[in-house]
Amino acid sequence: MALFSKQNKEVFTNPLNLDNPILIQVLGICSALAVTSQLKPAIVMGLAVTIITAFSNVIISIIRNTIPNRIRIVVQLVVVAALVTIVSQILKAFAYDVSVQLSVYVGLIITNCILMGRLEAFAMMNKPWPSFLDGVGNGLGYAMILVIVGALREFFGRGSLMGFQILPQSFYDFGYVNNGMMTMPAMALILVGVVIWVHRAYFYKEK
Amino acid sequence: MKLNTNSNSYIIIYSAILVVVVAFLLAFVYQALKPMQDANVALDIKKQILYSLNIRGLDGAEAEAKYKDVVKEETKINGLDYYVCNIDGKTKYVFPLKGMGLWGGISAFVSVNDDLNTIYGAYFNHESETAGLGAEIKDSQAWQENFQGKKIMSDDGNVAIAVVKKVENKSSEVDCVTGATLTSNGVSKMLRNGLPQYINALKKK
Repeated sequence: MALFSKQNKEVFTNPLNLDNPILIQVLGICSALAVTSQLKPAIVMGLAVTIITAFSNVIISIIRNTIPNRIRIVVQLVVVAALVTIVSQILKAFAYDVSVQLSVYVGLIITNCILMGRLEAFAMMNKPWPSFLDGVGNGLGYAMILVIVGALREFFGRGSLMGFQILPQSFYDFGYVNNGMMTMPAMALILVGVVIWVHRAYFYKEK
Repeated sequence: MKLNTNSNSYIIIYSAILVVVVAFLLAFVYQALKPMQDANVALDIKKQILYSLNIRGLDGAEAEAKYKDVVKEETKINGLDYYVCNIDGKTKYVFPLKGMGLWGGISAFVSVNDDLNTIYGAYFNHESETAGLGAEIKDSQAWQENFQGKKIMSDDGNVAIAVVKKVENKSSEVDCVTGATLTSNGVSKMLRNGLPQYINALKKK
């Protein structure tokens, strides 16, 4: 079987658009609201989830035939929890500022519905390579929305992107004021709603 | 022979092996990364001390070098840690404080001039205050700068420094963060409890 057969490509591209975990399946919303007040934590969170989904998918897919059916959820949780702990330790060692900003939300990736959903729905039934693609695809689909929302919130809430001031001081001198609402989680919910709305208007077809 | 993956003994052995493997893996990662994490935490504290001395925007090795240059002594009085610093030939004291915010602990580094009464600068940190409201005590540099030049004690020897809703005594009081009254009260209490302990101890010395 070719590594990039048509089937595998679909496994990878579907979650980016027509089967997006946030937009269509509406999974993983809680963390999407919590970490998107600025762009940088949103990117790091997106990457962390991508890496963890990809590797937990691969690991579960490799051992899928040995997992006792009765404790499969427990086994999945142990694998995910181990990976999340490792990622969180690495963040603390190499990106301390970001790990402080993400605080509990890195740990909460363990309970991210996207991960459990992909493990149950895909990795338990497929070979490692398609599982890897599926994990990366879903992680990136999630990261994409986080980055869009994070960029909008940081730009309108603070006038900056990635911590760099984008709006010049002259704007503020003319009376422009940062929108404080944007830094609140409530506004993230509204923005995610708007993104879902736009996406449905363009891509979604009633079956 | 195909293994019966649903037998009890298989499940028990399987989970035991899985847990042991994961435990070893985590222990190894933790050990390997510990020194780097400790260095990060130590650097973070040094950066906070520099922030309280109004030295901002430094990172990594720069912050490390500046810290060595500025902080002359890390010492204790009555069991309380404090730092003796030197800025442009003048002595400043930096006092670490701990208090309670609305949702969790808050902490501060406050630098005080050598008269032991005038605040030179302040930096606040928190564990879990609300972003955009209570978290402003950490995020808003402008708010922290309000503390510069405030007097801790009034002339009659009472504690005067406070964070209040309506500023009446401009020389000692700071306006609280809008929408974060309880966090601001926590900051006020922390300053009023913590600073006099240091000042009284140092004055007696």
